Amino acid sequence: MNDWQGKDGQMTKTIKGISAPLPLANVDTDVIMPKRFLITITREGLADGTFADLRFDNEGARRPDFILNKAPWTQANILVVGDNFGCGSSREHAVWGMRQLGIDACIGTSFAGIFYDNARKNGLALPIVSHQTRDLLLRFADDDNGAEIEIDLINRTITAGDIDAPFEMDPATQTALIRGRDDTLDSLEHAGAIREYEAGLKSEMRVSVIK
Amino acid sequence: MSRTLYDKLVDAHKVCDLPDGDMLIYVDFHIMNEYTSPQAFSGLDTKGLDVWRPEAHLAVVDHVNATRSNEPHDAASKLLIDNLESNCTRHDIAFYGLGDQRQGIEHVVVPEQGLVTPGMLIACGDSHTTTYGAYGALGFGIGTSEVEHVLATQTLRYKRMKTMRVLIEGDTAPGVTAKDIIMKVVQVVGAGGANGFAVEFAGSATQNLDMAGRMTVCNMAVELGARAALIAADEITETALQGHSHSGRFTYNGESWHSDLEAVFDKEVTIAGGDIEPLITWGTSPDQSVPITAQVPVASDYVTPKAKAALARSLNYMGLTEGQSAQSIEIDTAFIGSCTNSRIEDLREAAKILTGRHVAAGVEAIVVPGSAMTRLKAEAEGLREIFEAAGFEWRPEAGCSMCLAMNDDIAMDGERVASSTNRNFEGRQGRGARTHLMSPAMVAAAAIAGHLADVRDFK
Repeated sequence: MNDWQGKDGQMTKTIKGISAPLPLANVDTDVIMPKRFLITITREGLADGTFADLRFDNEGARRPDFILNKAPWTQANILVVGDNFGCGSSREHAVWGMRQLGIDACIGTSFAGIFYDNARKNGLALPIVSHQTRDLLLRFADDDNGAEIEIDLINRTITAGDIDAPFEMDPATQTALIRGRDDTLDSLEHAGAIREYEAGLKSEMRVSVIK
Repeated sequence: MSRTLYDKLVDAHKVCDLPDGDMLIYVDFHIMNEYTSPQAFSGLDTKGLDVWRPEAHLAVVDHVNATRSNEPHDAASKLLIDNLESNCTRHDIAFYGLGDQRQGIEHVVVPEQGLVTPGMLIACGDSHTTTYGAYGALGFGIGTSEVEHVLATQTLRYKRMKTMRVLIEGDTAPGVTAKDIIMKVVQVVGAGGANGFAVEFAGSATQNLDMAGRMTVCNMAVELGARAALIAADEITETALQGHSHSGRFTYNGESWHSDLEAVFDKEVTIAGGDIEPLITWGTSPDQSVPITAQVPVASDYVTPKAKAALARSLNYMGLTEGQSAQSIEIDTAFIGSCTNSRIEDLREAAKILTGRHVAAGVEAIVVPGSAMTRLKAEAEGLREIFEAAGFEWRPEAGCSMCLAMNDDIAMDGERVASSTNRNFEGRQGRGARTHLMSPAMVAAAAIAGHLADVRDFK
């Protein structure tokens, strides 16, 4: 029996909503959050920067042909994405911006490692599905009737019209998304084990950087 | 029980298992820069937490600073730089800022300061932290929330990855560099081909590389999706660590950090060193490369409509026509720099091509040495004179500069850059900018020719 209870009894069991197809492969974090939006010391104010060069032209006008600028996908909170989504730079700003734009999940076949970990820390679910399921979901999402997808985080399944498919998610990420707890504070509960490890640290590993 | 180098490194750093299936691993050394750390420090403040072990961290300014002078070029970059300094002062953390003779690109500074030794675990809020695998150390990039986690606990939550060995066997031909080796690996394995894997590079072509070459290989391993890259420590590693000026207090103790002979990897890839030619990227993903003697792909090279559409999109962004010969691609700008290729060895290779030659008319050529120490060494060797006589602009300050264009070195819409960097993504070097990745020597050759050129033609 998993302990999925969040700190205040909160649990995110399902994510439901309109999905938008973004079939490009290798969408990198420079494309998700262009560098000119990175000059900031806070996590806020990044919604406008998210996919900025895809959403807006050089004059700042919305590109009418980009999927997230078209109804019903202006309301999308789920993306169905191409292979190797989130590759490149480690910038967590990409995930912060997606969350601020209202994205709750990206369904894809593979995600870059750092992006995957950043997503988990910010409640962005990244269900991993087979290529076949992803292509079916891309077609479903492409339909402009605004039909919803439902992601069941507990049972790790996706339902969309006639599609009912399992997804992969490692147990730690699954637990973190459902519970939404703070990893830093949770890990400090193991302070004793960390001190014990440190006591046995070899001298050549004990860095002391000169100021 | 035979183990891979990766498994040995993970085992050596495991603090404890966690109930959700992850483990806590100990971070021996953590590096920060000015753009991925501010929100980590504010996270500590919000939660009322201190830094667990301040002396195990180093902060370096590199991503946003101008390289023309050691003054911030605008208010926004000054804000980030000042914020990092004040965070470090408050938490008693070493800070190498502008004007400090130890400042430079973090992944150039760390080995230079003797802060990496085989067997260490190193984390940094930068994807190219895989660089330290060159020393038989486990280095990997982390996000800002994880930076906060390392600051507060000196650990990370970690899930063991699968292992892949890339064997590069046999001698490489003259003119083929470490950059061409890793670009070939990215081409073969694919941009996401190593997602979920820790990759160990082995084989004679790998072991024959010097430390700078090994760092180039491990650095760009993240472009195939590898979260960690490793090369076994050997005599070359040991020699490199001897007689070094150290910012740390440790020395290599001769302990062996390599995979056991019988160790089994989850995946094996073999590449013949002799098959590698000098490469250039033609597209917008690092795996879209061809030999300099070849042509840009044509639609009939691809089977699926999706692949044909992806080719069309890349060619459209890059302003190229299918089937165009690589050497017919004319450039506006030549850039030598970045954590991949801005070390003294890289500058020497480029200088060999530039000696007695001059940059083509209309080409803007820039070199940004990777660190202040690298620059001083290069100047002492007379490299600056060679670059400047050839028409290169020699930047006096170190930083990431035009690799990701977070400072004032931004390529214009449509500007075409021959670049010794690591990413040719859309918009990477500026909105609409077109990047061709290659070795520093190949950048020098392109600068002279005015178009992408074969370094082997520059005897």
